[in-house]
Parts: sequence; structure tokens; C-alpha cells
Amino acid sequence: MALLQISEPGQSPDPHQRRIAVGIDLGTTHSLVAAVRNGVAECLPDAQGRVLLPSVVRYLENGGRQIGYDAVAAQAQDARNTIASAKRFMGRGLKDVAEAGKLPYDFVVAADSDEGGMVSLATVDGNKSPVEVSAEILATLRYRAEDTFNDDLYGAVITVPAYFDDAQRQATKDAARLAGINLLRLINEPTAAAIAYGLDNASEGVYAVYDLGGGTFDISILRLTQGVFEVISTGGDSALGGDDYDAALADWVLHQLGLRATTAADKSAVRMAARACKEALTATDLAAFSALLSSAEARFDVKRSDFEAITADLTARSMAAVRRALRDAHLARDEVQGVVMVGGSTRMPQVQRAVEEFFGKPPLTNLNPDEVVALGAAIQANQLAGNNTSGDLLLLDVIPLSLGIETMGGLVERIVARNETIPTAKAQDFTTYKDGQTALAIHVVQGERDLVQDCRSLARFELRGIPPMAAGAARIRVTFTVDADGLLSVSAKEQGSGVEARIDVKPSYGLSDDQIARMLQDGFATAAQDMKARAVVEARVDADRMLIATQSALDADGDVLSPKERAAIDALMVALRHQRDADDAAVIEAATDALAKGTEGFAAQRMNRGIQQALAGKNVASL
Amino acid sequence: MNLQSDDFELFGLARRFAQERSAIDARWKELQREAHPDKFAAQGAAAQRVAMQWSVRINEAYQRLKDPMRRAAYLCELHAAPINAEDNTAMPTAFLMQQMEWREALEDARAESELDTLDDAVAQARSAALAQCEQLIDQQQDYAGAARQVRALMFIARFADDIERRREQLGQ
Repeated sequence: MALLQISEPGQSPDPHQRRIAVGIDLGTTHSLVAAVRNGVAECLPDAQGRVLLPSVVRYLENGGRQIGYDAVAAQAQDARNTIASAKRFMGRGLKDVAEAGKLPYDFVVAADSDEGGMVSLATVDGNKSPVEVSAEILATLRYRAEDTFNDDLYGAVITVPAYFDDAQRQATKDAARLAGINLLRLINEPTAAAIAYGLDNASEGVYAVYDLGGGTFDISILRLTQGVFEVISTGGDSALGGDDYDAALADWVLHQLGLRATTAADKSAVRMAARACKEALTATDLAAFSALLSSAEARFDVKRSDFEAITADLTARSMAAVRRALRDAHLARDEVQGVVMVGGSTRMPQVQRAVEEFFGKPPLTNLNPDEVVALGAAIQANQLAGNNTSGDLLLLDVIPLSLGIETMGGLVERIVARNETIPTAKAQDFTTYKDGQTALAIHVVQGERDLVQDCRSLARFELRGIPPMAAGAARIRVTFTVDADGLLSVSAKEQGSGVEARIDVKPSYGLSDDQIARMLQDGFATAAQDMKARAVVEARVDADRMLIATQSALDADGDVLSPKERAAIDALMVALRHQRDADDAAVIEAATDALAKGTEGFAAQRMNRGIQQALAGKNVASL
Repeated sequence: MNLQSDDFELFGLARRFAQERSAIDARWKELQREAHPDKFAAQGAAAQRVAMQWSVRINEAYQRLKDPMRRAAYLCELHAAPINAEDNTAMPTAFLMQQMEWREALEDARAESELDTLDDAVAQARSAALAQCEQLIDQQQDYAGAARQVRALMFIARFADDIERRREQLGQ
């Protein structure tokens, strides 16, 4: 739908058509779905009344899957095919996966990529990308929401760690697409937590969100003012979480006992024993570690003080990131009004103590640290879906890691600095170095270091179609845009001729469009028949929405169009009305797309007019 | 007002160096409230694109306006006195001498307290150069002179970054 619908302030476009919009916290260990019902955000339970869905997927020989608690139950007996913590592999290559040998999985690497590409996991049902695993979890939560409301899902806000780089964000977006979810926005987990917390407590001022989850750690410093959530700085470690505490404990216990975990089942068993022991130590000073290995039984009584000692460097790593985030924000620790704790791992007493000692005040824990992220995402989703047009929530988030391009000698030239507010765009001029050169390659990296090899490779962009000229004569302006989801896109134009260069993107650790299309075709997570009928219904709804929107836009602002422009739009509307009753979703979509394309210029003019008026109104009002 | 308006026009501010930071912050949020793509999330791709252009433009202007050094540089450029930092590396001898002294002190620094002392010196030099900018731009309309101060400020900013980096090395 290309047109701007303008409704009376405080009124939703159609009060009877409330859109089902949810927030999804796609976590390393657990995932949740939440929605705003009767004005209150709440987590949606499954049929058994459980809100947490373990982020575990088991692949079966016959192509079936078990997801959540059923998969967890099979973890020890079928470790290789039961994928847990897939989030840690999203947008990651094999060499990024720390201690892959200690995990019970068969990692496989695509042979055709320079960087090795994103890892996949070999299962009885074939190789699975972490994106596909995540999509299974997202689809399960989508069905939960649709069952709850007995209606189709309009869209979802999905949360990601603030410190996720572009490849990890893109992988999450791809997973949503595979799960058939209309992604309204990716938002950062600490920011989502701040929304839930800030709105609940009517807080104003500077807050820190310390978010230690199962596999990732984030710290965000935010300023809260009248519904505006402004992130001042963010930092973290996208490979630090409760899993690492489990692994450290398991290593230590095995070392004490002189045992080793070699088989997939053993590796899985010690992980689960370590987690149970860690959780017990939250409430007691002594807890038993107990795992049945193939060779022997591993039993050991662990003192809390021992656990704290062997994991002290992990907690210290998180506090180093906290210090850096404060430095980036140019704030002293006593200027922080409160510290919100998020993520199940913040239940560990040593973590709470470290945070309290650093900030000199006890952290705020009055919201459930497991649920707070999903609740915040639900509030944002509700507003983005247009259900709450009087809402004045505004998120101003930042890019967590600097973006740069490779220059001569493997050096990085910074294009966008970390902690800059998004959306943002930067233009850079390039030229050719050979006569008649028509293509140019740009390697984009993310990170804070000066050498390309120390940063993360994001993608290689190849610009083609540059008009042939003498060396150095072409002036190619390349624009790097980071959207509100924190995702990068690149466009290029030769300044002299105005020719747009075509851009081929080769993501270093992502899925290509072809791979995604194939996964979609594999009838991912949904029966094919179902999908077809559903697609036709959805296409008709979209077509009707488009027609109504176009008509009301013409009624309101038709005056900006020339008679010729008007006639072209009228013709497209007639064509769409004619096609909407077809039985083929593709035919309806094509007609809808044609109208959307044909009204793009009109929509842009209207939008510009609307925003200009709004901004000008602001100036007059405040002068 | 349109996407080509200059930063001051967009933010409804007088075209001068002296500005209230709190007023810039407040205006930034007001403008983003009107133009942020999230406000148009339910209205399709074209609306999103236009909103993003505005939102990007507002953020760009905010980045320039809120940072006094960049604000001064922008005013110089608007008045045909570009900074051209790459081509204009010649600095007064006294300034270069002071830079060398600072660099030596930084290399010798072994304790946080020594870095703090350096930080204070840098902050003072920065304030002095910014006060000069205000005088040159707002009172004397001497944009070429202000551009020289901006180039000095760029040296100072780079040195401040180096202190930060050193602090990280010492602190961790």
C-alpha cells in the first residue's frame, strides 16, 4: 500500500478493524510472544499455560519437527538433531562459533563463499541454517498468537540484541520472512525493556539497561523524556551470556573429576546439568552437579563461591562494556538514575552485586526479567500497526558498531560512527582508476578497528553500469543508508551523467535471495495447500486496502496531479478492481503492485506536503 | 521548508554560532516525532521511504548543530569559507609546539591522573577556540578566521580521541 492515510487525530483509521500485532522476543534459550490486550501488554501463553517457549528445535527423520518443550525433552537422547541456542550462530561463520567442538552439533560450511558464509547444522532432515531454525520458533509463536486471537497476524516487532551487527540483524529479518511474518520493525532488546519499564513507572531521566541473556550481553544508556526513548550509547558482547556461565561451570566440574565429555549425548548432558546447578545456586550456597555420562556418572557438590570465582572474568567482561558505554555517552556513573535488569542471567547474585557496586545503587528488578523485552516490543508493535494513533511513543535508537569501507592497504575508512542515531545516511564519492572502467567493488565492514582484517566483513557491493569515461573522470556518489532497523543498504549514482549504478550484494555471512526463495519453496513450516488459499485471501485484502487508500488520497489531495497523471492512476484502479476477484494470488498482487508503483510519485508528494506542513506548524507554534 | 533547507532553517534556529543545546535537543525530538518512519509504519513502502528521507535529514542536521565544532564548520561553509582540512595543514607555530608538548606528555603518561591533567588542558584549549569561533562568526562575521579556529579544533578533537584510547589501554 503506497498511500498515506490521514485520519482525525486520536482516531484509528477504522476502529472496527483492530490489527493483530505482537512483540516477539527471539531469545537464545527462550522465546516469547506478547500483545497489547485491552490497553495492557501481556505475554501470550500456550495451550498448557506456559509463556516461555524454549528456543529448541528437533528435526526428525520423516521431515517432522518438535519445537519447544518437546524438543528439550529429547535433547539428551538426540543431541545432534536437537538444535538449541541457534541465535548464537545467526549471521556467523564457523570460525566465529566459540568452542564449536564442545557443542553436540555437526557444523557444515558452504563451499562456495570466500568468507565461508553462515554456518549450517547437519541433521537427519538435511542441513539447516540457523535462520531456518529461528524461523521454526517464530512460526510457532505466530501460530500461538493467531490461535489466541482467532485471527491472522497483521505483523510483529521482533527484538534483537542491541549489539547485533548487520549480518545478525539481516538473518533475523530473513527468519521472519521464512516464518511468514510481516516484520514491522526490528528493535533492540534493551530499548524494548526500557519501553516496558519506562511506561510502567512513568520514568524520566537517564537509565541504564543491563541485559544479560542466554547468549548475548547488551548495555544501553537511554534518556527518557515524555514518551521519547533516546538511546545515547550502547555496547555489549554478542557472544556473552548464561550459556558461557554454564560452559565454564561444566568445564570446571569435569576437570575436578578428571572426566571428559566426548559424545554428543555427553556434551548435551553436562550442559544441562551445569544449567540446573547454576539455577539452583541462585537461591542456595551449595548445589549438586549431576550428569549421567556414557562412561561414568559425574557428580560434584558446587559451592556458590566456587561458581562465582570461575565465572568472575565473564562478569568482569560485561562490566568493561558498561564502562565503555558510559564513556561513549559522556556520562558519569552517578548521573544514571536507575539500572534496569533484563534477561534471565541477571538473576545470578554475583551479577546483581557487580552492577550494584558499580552504580552505587540497587538495580531495578520489579518487572520479570524474562518477559520485559517481549512486553516492550508488544507496545511498539501495537503503535506501529496503527492501533494506538494517540500514542506518542518515539524510539530514537543508535547503530551499535561503526560502518566502514575497505581502502588501499587493507585500512578501514569510517563511514558511519557507532552510536549515531538511526536512520542515517552518508554519501561518499568514488572514482575510476582505469579508462573505460564500468564497474567498481566496495567492501563494507563493521567494527571499531583500523584494519579490515580486525573488523567484520558485512558484504561486497559491486556497482555496475558506470558510463565508460577516462580514468578519474567519473564521480560516483555512493550512499550508505542505515534504516530504523539498523540495516544497511547501498545505492550509487554517477554524478555527471546521473546514471544509477546497479548494485549486486554478496553478503559475507548471510543468505542470498535465491537461498531464501528455495527455503520458502520447500513449504517451510506451513502446508502448501493452506498457503495458497491464504495467499489469495491476503492478496484480496491488500487489493481492497490499496483501492480504499488510493481513493481517499485522491479525494484529499488529487489537486497536486495533472489530468494525465490522474488518468493513469484511474486506469490502474479500474484494472485492479477487475483483477481482485481472480483465483490466483499472483495476478491480484501484480495489479496491486502496479497501482502501488503508479501512485508512488503521488504518495511521495503527499507525504512531503504532510510532513512539511507538520514541521512548519512546529516552527510557528514554538516561535 | 523542504529537504534542501539548511540545518538552521530546518530546526527553526537563527543562523548563528551561539545556540542553546537544550533547545536543539528539544527541537530534534519534536521534528522526529512528526517525520520518523515509525509514524508511518502502517502506510506502506513509499510512505516509509519518504519519511526515512526526512528522518535522515533531521538526524544529519542534528549531528551538525549539536556539536559546536561542526556547527562552526557548517557556518563557515555556508559563508563560502570552507574548512578544507586536508589542504590546509599549516598551523601557527605556537599551536604546533603545544601539540607536540601534549603528544609527549601522552606518551609518557602511566597513570589515570596524568591523563586527567591532559584532559583538563585539552578542554581549556577547546573552550578558548570555541569562544574565538563565537566572536569571529557572530560578532565579526570573519568566516575565514573562524575556519582557522575550526582547523585547530579538529587537531584538538583528534588528540582528545587519542587520550581516550590511551585511557582504555590503561584501564582494562
